[in-house]
Amino acid sequence: MSSSTSSSTAEIPLSEQLEWLRLMHEIRVFEEECHRMFAQGIVRGSTHLGQGQEAVAVGACRALRASDTMSCTYRGHAAVLAKGAPLDEAFGEILGKGKGLCGGKGGSMHLTDMRVGAIGSFAIIGAHLPIALGVAHAAQYQGSDDVTLAFFGDGATNIGAFHEALNMASVWKLPAIFVCENNLYGEYSPIASTTPIERLSERAAAYAMAGATIDGNDVVVVHDAVAEAAARARAGEGPTLIEALTYRHKGHSRADPAAYRPPGELERWLQRDPITLLEGRLREAGVDSERLDAVRGRAERAVAEALERAKGWPDPEPETRLEHVFA
Amino acid sequence: MSETVTYREALNRGMADALAEDERVFLFGEDVGASGGAFKITDGLFDRFGPKRVRDTPISEQAIVGTAIGSALMGLRPLAEIMFADFAAVCFDQIANELAKYRYMTGGQVTLPVTIRMSNGAGGGFGSQHSQAAENWLLNVPGLKLVVPATPADAYGLLRAAVRDPDPVLVFEHKHLFNLKGELNDPPAVGELGKAEIVRSGEDITLVGTQLMRHRCVEVAERLADDGVEAEVIDPRTLAPLDLDTIRASLDRTNRLLVAQECPPDGSWGASVIARVVGTQLEAFDAPPALVSAEETPVPYAGVLEEMWLPSVERILDAAKRTLDY
Repeated sequence: MSSSTSSSTAEIPLSEQLEWLRLMHEIRVFEEECHRMFAQGIVRGSTHLGQGQEAVAVGACRALRASDTMSCTYRGHAAVLAKGAPLDEAFGEILGKGKGLCGGKGGSMHLTDMRVGAIGSFAIIGAHLPIALGVAHAAQYQGSDDVTLAFFGDGATNIGAFHEALNMASVWKLPAIFVCENNLYGEYSPIASTTPIERLSERAAAYAMAGATIDGNDVVVVHDAVAEAAARARAGEGPTLIEALTYRHKGHSRADPAAYRPPGELERWLQRDPITLLEGRLREAGVDSERLDAVRGRAERAVAEALERAKGWPDPEPETRLEHVFA
Repeated sequence: MSETVTYREALNRGMADALAEDERVFLFGEDVGASGGAFKITDGLFDRFGPKRVRDTPISEQAIVGTAIGSALMGLRPLAEIMFADFAAVCFDQIANELAKYRYMTGGQVTLPVTIRMSNGAGGGFGSQHSQAAENWLLNVPGLKLVVPATPADAYGLLRAAVRDPDPVLVFEHKHLFNLKGELNDPPAVGELGKAEIVRSGEDITLVGTQLMRHRCVEVAERLADDGVEAEVIDPRTLAPLDLDTIRASLDRTNRLLVAQECPPDGSWGASVIARVVGTQLEAFDAPPALVSAEETPVPYAGVLEEMWLPSVERILDAAKRTLDY
């Protein structure tokens, strides 16, 4: 069932691709700001950054409708922003501010914005995959043609919840799209040391669902693969497993310098940086450097302004800690 | 008007009425559909409501609880069954980390009107892995409501209240009470979560018990009455929220407290009740509070062993007498 989808920029308007580029820049700069703030000790706990994986989040989320939903992992800043969460409120949450997305109760690993269908970032590996079943089931039950998409890492394909979720999604023919961001490492361990198959999308066959392995650094490829899966789900033809091959430029978390990587690996992947790839494609389509720089400049300003705003917000009111346990 | 029904029949009617009341309610779990459930509690519901409203699942407890969470998130009222409460261990992450915390972690962006029914408790010879009082595992997890009905009327009323409640509610159905008969009003009353029942009034000692132990406490109270001692029996009915006020008020009248529970003492609801009243009401006690618990082993299989594991009427009675004679 594995296949590779070739990119077809022809159908996607240039304006849309420039929008994707802007979003990818925003996410990249957002993550770099997070990295800086963690290094400075401004932010608590841990963070899991996704520089290098922007094409998966942007390509996939931009293939969804506003009423479709998306769940993701603790490495979820990119996905939540790609689904449309505001930059300042996302920063605010990571900074533990009362005006953050979750009122400062969630933090970096739990960014959620129900207003845009970013239904949650989950910090237990694979835990949101069963929840995605329920979201998809609700659409099926209510007769809606909305779909739900769940991002997860390659490591999650070895946890029980993954298998329970894919099996039941297929048996119930649920409108769900499972997008595995295969960044080659489960935390600190290379995938070959934990997983007996090379192509994770092969697991789709065991659940009689459609599966594909794609270039996760090519935003157009990702977009097209997810659009195809969404069409299948909306038509009542059930779930799809997409394995998007990509690479995280940084370590697993801020505590991880990623010393386990073989020499040259990062450099090779940097040459396939998803932003560079999209810029190259746009140049070929006739977009000049000035315009590309303007897109980046606009993204950088947006992030800087959002961060400035978020930093100025007050801490949460102490009594809010007792709220939201129950309805 | 009322009629006599079993605890099992009361649960069945509770589910039927919940399904009939609200199109958003759907019932699902392992074998709950055409086969009517492992304990026949869902018998007939599939025929009446059809495969969309009553749906079988694979043996996948994580998927079941996750489906409940996701469905509730999108506006449905899931009524999930976990066949044995012991299997909550299989999906503990979904219950303790996802269901209980999702609303809080998102700053109140989501509301989760989830009901999960599970068969609970010992006394039926099901052995160590199918007999536990699993509600105790979840006492330390804020965000969950825990319901432990002991009578057919409460089984019906609290199940209905659980389904109508906007928050996650776990309903523990005691296997050893499935055939217990009791009165159910017509129409039956929908209960209220967080309200204890004073099962029997008395002024000499307060006996607190849930499910099987509630019924044993009533037997103990009757035995004590033969000796002229009047025990008050309280059934909390829900452990979260816990109606501590009713227990406190009773203790103020009786000045003696005994809690009977079918689980070992550490980390149990009975230990929590005692810790809380001792901490704030020490002057009310004329004798040390008594906690009558199961033995500190897994639940054994053989009938004689399991009966010894469970607090018996005799064991509770002896502890009550020691408290009274202190």
